[in-house]
Amino acid sequence: MKRFIGFVTKEFYHIFRDKRTMFILFGMPIAQIMLFGFAITNEINNVNIAILDKSKDNETQKIINKIGASNYFKINQEITNENQIESVFKKGKVKAVLVFEKDFIKNMQTSKQAKVQVITDATDPNVANTISNYVNSILQNYTQEINKNNTTSHQIQTQIQLYYNPELKSVFTFVPGVMTIILMLVSAMMTSISITREKELGTMEVLLVSPLKPFQVIIGKVFPYIFLSIINATIILLLGFFVFKMPVEGNLFLLAFESILFITTALSLGILISTVSHSQQTAMMLSLMGLMLPIIILSGFIFPVSSMPLPLQIISNIIPAKWFIIIIKAILLKGATLNVIWKETLILIGMTVFFIAVSVKKYKIRLE
Amino acid sequence: MSIQVQNISKSYNKIKAIDAISFEVNDGELFGLIGPDGAGKTTIFRILTTLLLANEGSASVAGFDIVKDYKAIRNSVGYMPGKFSLYQDLSVEENLKFFAAIFGTTIEENYDLIKDIYIQIEPYKTRRARALSGGMKQKLALCCALIHKPKVLFLDEPTTGVDPVSRKEFWEMLKRLQQKGITILVSTPYMDEAALCDRIALIQKGSILKIDEPRNIIKDYQKIIYDVKAKNRHQLILDLKKYPSQYSVFAFGEYIHYIDKNEDFNAADLDNYLKKQLHTEIEIRISNPTIEDVFMDL
Repeated sequence: MKRFIGFVTKEFYHIFRDKRTMFILFGMPIAQIMLFGFAITNEINNVNIAILDKSKDNETQKIINKIGASNYFKINQEITNENQIESVFKKGKVKAVLVFEKDFIKNMQTSKQAKVQVITDATDPNVANTISNYVNSILQNYTQEINKNNTTSHQIQTQIQLYYNPELKSVFTFVPGVMTIILMLVSAMMTSISITREKELGTMEVLLVSPLKPFQVIIGKVFPYIFLSIINATIILLLGFFVFKMPVEGNLFLLAFESILFITTALSLGILISTVSHSQQTAMMLSLMGLMLPIIILSGFIFPVSSMPLPLQIISNIIPAKWFIIIIKAILLKGATLNVIWKETLILIGMTVFFIAVSVKKYKIRLE
Repeated sequence: MSIQVQNISKSYNKIKAIDAISFEVNDGELFGLIGPDGAGKTTIFRILTTLLLANEGSASVAGFDIVKDYKAIRNSVGYMPGKFSLYQDLSVEENLKFFAAIFGTTIEENYDLIKDIYIQIEPYKTRRARALSGGMKQKLALCCALIHKPKVLFLDEPTTGVDPVSRKEFWEMLKRLQQKGITILVSTPYMDEAALCDRIALIQKGSILKIDEPRNIIKDYQKIIYDVKAKNRHQLILDLKKYPSQYSVFAFGEYIHYIDKNEDFNAADLDNYLKKQLHTEIEIRISNPTIEDVFMDL
């Protein structure tokens, strides 16, 4: 135990004294999440919309004016029946269609609830999402205004309908995606580099000629990174939650468990990389080319796996990140429990065991 | 017997690095492997410290077989590789603490063993190893290799790249360690250091040429060596090489070492020859052979 503590202390010295390591560990996650976050949640301005007003009364006219007066929307055209919706979208001129139901004013006064349907073109899911939020808030604003002077409250119910991409699949993928990349990078690349650095500097020679057993060296190397990766995952989730309003629907313990599982997978991959590379550079190239690119391209982080050609879809199965992204999205967005994601969890566990087994087998107790 | 090596051979990609090497080191002995770069010294060290497997032959260190009992050897030897192999980003004290920790001991426990050496670097104990001078780095590395009180100490070219004063100090330290009962196997490319060992093995191109006490090696040397000096040193070497009965000519410090083939060699003849070649300030005298002379002749 004293040996282990001594070793881990040394590892922490290495990490905290190397500015580059510290930057990769803590600067990059924050920079990445901010970049991805702000690049995706862009503001909307002067978006063209179409109106289908089946009621044509005072209230609808007021609402239309209010919407048209905002900087966010420009009323491009008015259409007369529902069949036209599809065709205006297809022409691509408008991003959304507002449909006021028949007898809008009557419904508002009698049942105190009038319906507006917001149909958005969700081919660009972020824009679609923002549009519906904005329309919603304008309408809410409006109801508040009219309710101020009234004893009875009126309500306008907005009904949002997304065309083409009803689940808004890529919204919020960036937090799980960035988290996956960062955990992979920190865990796999940093461990593989820190192990190969010992080989390169010749200190591995001295470590080998010591009573330290291979697994002690490996665990000593890995332990600080497990610790730091957990901190990292927490920072990313907190940033996602507070800065980008990322929903956290599922169980936090399950989230923590799955994150630690994925960190372990990444670490074992890092150890595997270090057993096959002799220099820090090789380790870095292997981690970057062999891990980062597949994660970004094949994990479904940016490009949906389902729209890839079949061979790539098959290849994507061997990428641990793909499974973790599925897991974490399910937990964060859908509040999934273990009985939904047990399959993905098992796959990750299997991969981890495989990587560790291969690393232990390949770990050299001698120099060559 | 602390180290026993029998017919050890090792090849890298079919190139023989060492070829059927055998030698023995007694308990408490300071044994030197003397040879130029590429002679195979480091390979021998790595095989004996269980870092490499030999292709042929067997060896034991501190009574343990280097293949079967490699774990026991790793517990009981100290190893200082040729390349500085400490953590550059750790301070002197942190390095020492780390090595003490991984050997399951503490600095205090074996302080008396490293005291003489550590005292010299203690003023810099908070300095990062990266910022140490060559000599101090070697002292620290030696402390780290000693911290667990090893039975056998392996020092691979510990004085390469170290200034002459530090080199001298380093060897004095080795002598003191030897008195504490530690067996030391040391390698060096410097022939002048060979004389400081109890016994030496002269190695070249992966083979041992000779093993003996340094003074016996010199005593056994039959040939007479002449120190030759003249104003134009470069021309002197060229002219000496042209002398009909020359056996060997090589630069040695400020003199040229000259050996003649014939036993009835007369220094006056050589003097005349050199004068004819227009050399001035000629000086010829009989020299005491050194290990280097022996080595050059092997």
